[in-house]
Amino acid sequence: MAITTAPTASTDRLTTIWETSPGLYGILASVDHKTIGKRYLVTAFVFFLLGGLEAAVMRWQLTRPDTHLLAPEVYNQLFTMHGVTMIFLFASPILSGFSNYLWPLMIGARDMAFPRVNALSYWTFLMSGIFLYSSVVIGQAPDGGWFAYVPMTEQAYSPGLNMDFYALGMIFLAISTTIGAINFVVTFFKLRAPGMSVNRVPIILWGTLSASIMIVFAAPALTASCILLYFDRRFGMHFFDAANGGHPLLWQHLFWMFGHPWVYIVVLPAIGLASDMIPTFARRPLAGYTFVALSTITTAILGFGVWVHHMFATGLPQLATTFFSAASMMITIPSGVAILAWIATLWYGRPVLKTPLLFMAGFIVLFVIGGLNGVMTAPVPFDWQLTDSYFIVAHIHYVLVGINVFPVFGAFYYWLPKMTGHMLSERLGRWVFALMFVGGNLAFFPMHIAGMLGMPRRIYTYQAGLGWDTVNLITTVGAYVFAVGVGLFLVDFFRSLRHGPLAGNNPWDGSTLEWSVSSPPPSYNFAVLPTVRSRYPLWEDRLGEAPRGGGAAVPVLDDGRETFGTSALDSDPEEVLRMPDDSLWPVLVSLALLILFYGLLLSLWWMAIVGVTGVMVLMVGWFWPSRIPTRETALSPREP
Amino acid sequence: MAATALLDRLPVDRADARSPGRWGMVLLITTEASFFAYLLFSYFYLASMARGAWPPTGVPALQLALPNTVILIVSSGTMWWGEVGIRNGNQGRLRLGLLVTLVLGLTFLTIQGVEYSRKTFTPASSAYGSLFFTITGFHGAHVFAGLLMNVVIQVRAWLGHFTARRHLAVSNIALYWHFVDVVWIVVFASLYLTPRLG
Ligand code: HEM
Repeated sequence: MAITTAPTASTDRLTTIWETSPGLYGILASVDHKTIGKRYLVTAFVFFLLGGLEAAVMRWQLTRPDTHLLAPEVYNQLFTMHGVTMIFLFASPILSGFSNYLWPLMIGARDMAFPRVNALSYWTFLMSGIFLYSSVVIGQAPDGGWFAYVPMTEQAYSPGLNMDFYALGMIFLAISTTIGAINFVVTFFKLRAPGMSVNRVPIILWGTLSASIMIVFAAPALTASCILLYFDRRFGMHFFDAANGGHPLLWQHLFWMFGHPWVYIVVLPAIGLASDMIPTFARRPLAGYTFVALSTITTAILGFGVWVHHMFATGLPQLATTFFSAASMMITIPSGVAILAWIATLWYGRPVLKTPLLFMAGFIVLFVIGGLNGVMTAPVPFDWQLTDSYFIVAHIHYVLVGINVFPVFGAFYYWLPKMTGHMLSERLGRWVFALMFVGGNLAFFPMHIAGMLGMPRRIYTYQAGLGWDTVNLITTVGAYVFAVGVGLFLVDFFRSLRHGPLAGNNPWDGSTLEWSVSSPPPSYNFAVLPTVRSRYPLWEDRLGEAPRGGGAAVPVLDDGRETFGTSALDSDPEEVLRMPDDSLWPVLVSLALLILFYGLLLSLWWMAIVGVTGVMVLMVGWFWPSRIPTRETALSPREP
Repeated sequence: MAATALLDRLPVDRADARSPGRWGMVLLITTEASFFAYLLFSYFYLASMARGAWPPTGVPALQLALPNTVILIVSSGTMWWGEVGIRNGNQGRLRLGLLVTLVLGLTFLTIQGVEYSRKTFTPASSAYGSLFFTITGFHGAHVFAGLLMNVVIQVRAWLGHFTARRHLAVSNIALYWHFVDVVWIVVFASLYLTPRLG
């Protein structure tokens, strides 16, 4: 066994050290990665429901021809908010939620590298979501599509606050995404348990690591483009204004510099989730671990290269439409490798068909369909035919629902028992899967046909007699079946909290470290920090891989909040890291940011200045050391 | 036994160049550097698309910008000098280094302000104006942020918070300062020198 139990830890003592304080203070000040991870999951899921609601309203309108319940302006706001919500407030934050919750447990650490930054990342995500959705309350939600092409979105053509909400909201959200990504990268390289060398980490770490590295480089492109848009709109600058030396294509360049890697950002962690679930259900180690791990990293690197080629060699006009197909062709590299690895794993294993595995199968099927129709749009003439038609809408949804929604629901069924301590229902789970799978295909497949029959995207209604009636009716029915599936999942979830059977430490007989602790895990994660000697610590006995006995005994670390700092590749212990306590700074900083962004939105400059000053003052408080290391007082009795 | 031996060997919060804090700063700088790269991409993109002369308002003068560049480079030197000081436990050298760097940084911003006030164009007069003020403005904001960090670290230096072994905060803000300096050199080369090439 990997878990050295030699020195007995006083769990009471650890609980006192690590438990978040009770009451309101604790709620606002918690820096526990498990709390933050769960908040990420819940918040992103609420946004998923909001985005779903928007989709439901749109589909209501499109069920029959010549429906005028929604005015065209409202429809514009709906599809824009739906796209923005699903892409920015659901698809990537939900993966951050899983990673936040799981990483420290999987790598045998007690928290993320920067717990307070982690809290800040969550609070800014929440605040930016609130900021974006406050636009709905005043009826001026963004309406320029999720990629907000200029010149339509310039002040002259879009005079309301709609696109200001978009530009500022995106900048706000990028802060959260970026600092979260930095935290993941540092955690990966510095906090893995002693012995967990880079070739022993679960694949989800590779996936999220690659995505995070891409975020560090790509997120500033979104920030930059939105800052320029805001400057154009608010201060009459001319970045995108062709009449005064600017150029609308500059927006497209900058936006896709971000948008292109973004597809990998939502797929790589999802591939990781799947790669860590499948071995459990195949009852054997993942085939081709090294290839899967390397393929995520190579995609991160190649992704940029291909993008550059894409930008400079093919020119721009068809950029937006070739984007999804080019991007999805690129995704075929890691997904292709991963899918082969999964099939091999299942083939040589003894598969146990549980709900999470069903969702993985759905992932593969939808992805293959999405990939195929992506390849179809690649040849240029065919592409012209389908540009801006419903075919594209079908493609977007196959890819995104396939690579993101299905793995995420599978991961819910797999890991929620760890978080809540209760199993979800296997019987309801199958129904959820069936409804989502059938509903999804029923909704999205006919969209291809609508597209080939000439139905353009982003129309708020259509005339009867164009031959689009039946396909639209089917699509809407499918959408509602899908929604019922999601609703049933919620029922299952809430039911499980009270009636679900207890999960115990390891309900699936999984192999990775998170299954070695209780469900839900204690506040300190591990009483004794584990030492890792193989890729599947909990299966060592069975696989006969582990060197018997031996292994360095590991100290308890209960002298305050502490965890190990280890070397980047081999994970040799290098230092004991002091971790911060609960803290109000993160939530206060994010509130100051909220003030700043509302100030910018409303041109209330005094308010913006209050916000900026607030951020600066709070940062000083944040970074002021609570333990002053002076020459006279040593940091700890163990100080060399 | 073995466990306690390991513990005795491991430092608590070693706080050196391999620590999480340093990794965090390096990544922050990476993402900020990318941000400037995208701004400069915008500059060169619009320059390449320009129909008339570029820059439309004439090549920017070096009178103020060149000495200002020298000032910023020197301030990197003084920062480094102070950091080496604390590495050898020399508190006085750290304090002096930080102080001189602060003064030089403020001088840079003042001269930048003077240059702004002499410009004949505004951010709203043309795309070039928008680019010029946005790029140099964001750089100026980073200088300002670097100076704020400097003030905080300075106060801590005068309070004697740093030792020859423990001064990660100093190394981090020094690194940030060098970064701001390098960004300026690139911005200066792009906005002031490249128009002279063609
Ligand atoms: C059953 C679930 C869903 C339904 C019924 C649905 C329906 C729709 C509809 C009706 C549109 C507008 C098409 C148009 O008029 O052009 C749309 C657009 C879009 N959807 Fe969905 N959607 C669903 C789930 C998702 C998910 C899970 C994602 C992403 C993770 C997503 C991403 C998008 C994007 C990016 C757009 C394009 C927005 C734009 O044109 O700016 N959708 N969806």
